[in-house]
Amino acid sequence: MIVEVKHLTKKFPVGKAYFTALKDLNLSFAEAEFTGLVGPSGSGKTTLLNIIGSLDVPSEGEVIVLGKSVGRLSPPEAALLRKQELGFIFQNYNLLPVYTVFENVEFPLLLLDMPARERKKRVLESLSWLGLSDKVNSRPAQLSGGECQRVAIARAMVKRPRLVLADEPTANLDSVNSHNILQAMLKLNQELKTSFIFATHDEKVIGYLKRIIQLEDGRVAEDRLV
Amino acid sequence: MKLFKTALKSLLGNGLKTWLTVFVLSVSFVLIIFMQGLLEGWSRQAVIDAVAWEIAGGQYWSEAYDPYDPFSLDSCARDIPDQLMPAAESGLLEAVLISQGTIYPQGRMQGVILKGIDPEQQIVKLPTRLLAGEGPEIPVIIGAHMAKQAHLKENDLVTLRWRDANGTFEAADLRIAGIFVTTVPTIDNGQIWLALDKLQSMMLRENQASILIASPDYEAQQLEGWLFKDVEELSSNTIAMVKAKSMGMAIFYLIFLLLALLAIFDTQTLAIFRRQREIGTLVALGMTRKQVQWLFTLEGSLNALLAIALGCLYGIPLFIYLSTNGLSFPIDVSEFGLPVSDVMYPYYSLKLIVGTIVFILLSTALVSYLPARQIARMNPTEAIRGKMH
Ligand SMILES: Nc1ncnc2c1ncn2[C@@H]1O[C@H](COP(=O)(O)OP(=O)(O)OP(=O)(O)O)[C@@H](O)[C@H]1O
Ligand SMILES: [Mg+2]
Repeated sequence: MIVEVKHLTKKFPVGKAYFTALKDLNLSFAEAEFTGLVGPSGSGKTTLLNIIGSLDVPSEGEVIVLGKSVGRLSPPEAALLRKQELGFIFQNYNLLPVYTVFENVEFPLLLLDMPARERKKRVLESLSWLGLSDKVNSRPAQLSGGECQRVAIARAMVKRPRLVLADEPTANLDSVNSHNILQAMLKLNQELKTSFIFATHDEKVIGYLKRIIQLEDGRVAEDRLV
Repeated sequence: MKLFKTALKSLLGNGLKTWLTVFVLSVSFVLIIFMQGLLEGWSRQAVIDAVAWEIAGGQYWSEAYDPYDPFSLDSCARDIPDQLMPAAESGLLEAVLISQGTIYPQGRMQGVILKGIDPEQQIVKLPTRLLAGEGPEIPVIIGAHMAKQAHLKENDLVTLRWRDANGTFEAADLRIAGIFVTTVPTIDNGQIWLALDKLQSMMLRENQASILIASPDYEAQQLEGWLFKDVEELSSNTIAMVKAKSMGMAIFYLIFLLLALLAIFDTQTLAIFRRQREIGTLVALGMTRKQVQWLFTLEGSLNALLAIALGCLYGIPLFIYLSTNGLSFPIDVSEFGLPVSDVMYPYYSLKLIVGTIVFILLSTALVSYLPARQIARMNPTEAIRGKMH
């Protein structure tokens, strides 16, 4: 198993009380999954993804990512886990604006202290997977939304992470671009055995998923393979 | 190194705003060095002049002598000790008797300090040979500043009134035998120099002195009733005087520095909020918040590096020019009552330059770091969505 969620409860302080966003969740994710967390707004999809991504911690229970319990990691240990094993894709792409496409994709490898020649090879390879070879020197401001999201995917994939977490990756894209990036991700999922976990309510995404976990009000309402 | 490049890119990504900040910071950098260099050159020159005209190789002071207390002057003189006589006779020591009097130039009344010195002396630069002449009037020399202040010219006559050691008032006419130009105010302002034996007999203080100026070859000894002040001690007054008068100069560059630091602080504070998405992303990509905090601090601090580079670009030629050609002052600086020569040669020491670089770097790093501390308290999941307020 890549991820194991055991009796996970997440509470947020709201004023003097607490709001419980996730309630006693139990889930596990294997290698090479292509899974979506779906459900209405406020059901806890993003919250779960953040905890799996070690950007947030459980209030109760345990989430084990690649053998590490995220609630028990120190900040540097959590950062190391993200740096080495996890890829993130966001709704708003979150590219670094002063960087070129190449530099954006190269950044995770810089953090891994990879030698320059190896970095270059990996970045170009990653960009060609996503059909961006002609945009190497462009800046994010010069790209369309679909291209930006493809750069973000290249950035998430360049270090060949075991797990990619994608929160509403198609929310800002039109239908053609959405299909484009989903096909690209599906291909990477199959070729590199990378696990993908999406949070989405986009029907187009749902059409590609191989496993659908329906969240409702912080609980798993349904968990089915397609 | 990799973070350095990242920070530099972000900083340059700000374009004109960065360059404006860098420019103002570089001006303050250059101004600090310029002004401190001027000050250093000034005090060096002042000390050299003070040594040449007044201090020589050090001085014995009669225990009771206090140059800042005019009332001590009449009582501080004492017999030149026997042990010092050989040195005094061979010219290694020059006795100076200091006393007070009043002159009446053009009917006005002005208190003066009278200093008697051997006309044959070789130790200080004063043109004392002019004091040797005989005649009905007493030959004296005065400094240019004193001459101007009292409206006295060469060969003018002026009446002097004084009280001798017994308290009896006496009067005589003085003749201005010479006017010397010096940058040392303490031998010029309000002072009249005359022959030592003359002053001694006027004051009824035969063989007495208030101070003895030593030649550099003289070796000081311990003496009852006399204190030996070495060159370092005597010139520290000169340095302190220059420093005190030049504090005002610091205002100029402090304003520039403050402006630049404020701009950096402002940019940093704004950046933390405007760029929270970027901060969240860096955390998601595997940096700790502490690392991101240092990245932003580094980015702000790079303003200083760029400013120093830019400052060197126009500062180095300027400093080289000034330290070889000097800086002349169009106004009559003797009005300041300060040891200023007409042309000043700034002195730029390595210590000054390195010190200023370190100072600018540290202060810039500080104003970059203070806002960046906020990052360590940020919630990355909110930052990624740009939701922080
Ligand atoms: N930091 C927080 N403080 C307080 N409440 C929060 C916080 N983060 C999330 N919540 C609440 O937890 C619940 C789940 O939020 P979450 O963002 O996980 O929902 P979601 O399923 O991703 O919704 P959407 O589809 O709108 O993105 C929501 O009701 C939200 O208001
Ligand atoms: Mg969400």
